[in-house]
Amino acid sequence: MTGSGPGAPPPRGVRAQLGRRRDQLIAVGWLVLVWNLLWGDFSWGNLLGGLLVAAGVLVFFPLPSVTFGGRLRPRGLLVFGARFVVELVRASLHVARIAVQPGYVPRSAIVAVRLRVPTDLNLALTAEALSLVPGTLIVETDRDAAVLYVHVLDVRGPADLANARKQVRIVERRVVAAVGSAAELRQVLSVPVDKESS
Amino acid sequence: MDWAFTPAHVADWLGAASLVAGALLSLAAAIGVLRFPDTVTRMHAATKPQVLGVLLLLLGVALRLRTLSDLGMVALVGVFQLATAPVAAQMIGRAAYRGGRLNRDLLDADELADR
Repeated sequence: MTGSGPGAPPPRGVRAQLGRRRDQLIAVGWLVLVWNLLWGDFSWGNLLGGLLVAAGVLVFFPLPSVTFGGRLRPRGLLVFGARFVVELVRASLHVARIAVQPGYVPRSAIVAVRLRVPTDLNLALTAEALSLVPGTLIVETDRDAAVLYVHVLDVRGPADLANARKQVRIVERRVVAAVGSAAELRQVLSVPVDKESS
Repeated sequence: MDWAFTPAHVADWLGAASLVAGALLSLAAAIGVLRFPDTVTRMHAATKPQVLGVLLLLLGVALRLRTLSDLGMVALVGVFQLATAPVAAQMIGRAAYRGGRLNRDLLDADELADR
């Protein structure tokens, strides 16, 4: 499967080949690093073992290629990381509080949110980040329509639902600002966070 | 016992504080898993306070061990925790929804059912 989002046709030709080689090289580097960290020290033996394991993993468990059309933006990554930590702490304290509050039964809701950038990478990263941050959990994704079905905990009224939608779009904007391409960033910024895109 | 204000002391105390905070958050997560009304709600408790609890415990362990090989292992555990917890939560949440294991009386809106 050469997976790519419905919005981005898979690139072909020499550039795609180069991109695939680059992705594999990154995967090998990461796997070798993990192998060395797991053994606890960097040595030639571990380096060799890591390379063997990495090659084995890539040969026997090939992953669908992820089209990465964007670029890493240091400032966007920093903002994303900082907000992620802040919201992880806030969400954790919130859930911890309602867990121990006597006699409190939280109400919840499932809302559908359409993402503005329908690529696989954006869908996956946004879903991943959302599950860890503000009171939201993904119960279902619609890959073709780029819709996330989000379970929201502790809903107290319609305002909280609107707020949850807004939160999802804000997280998506931060993801795109960190790793998206210029075109994707324009796409995200052109639709206000409190409006449903068509 | 001397109370010199050395970096090692500070790291030890910060590590101890992180360990206690992480343990408390994990306790709150466990109480949430026990008390929340349905599976999907419980997964909230099993992801957010639990992940932060584990990260704080790892930070505490790292601050007390302070050797390079242990730090690498600790960082690895943290990365995999962050990467896998949401995936597991989503799979369980999806299975629970499809299996009808959620309390509809406590649901204000369900846009997945309207699909």
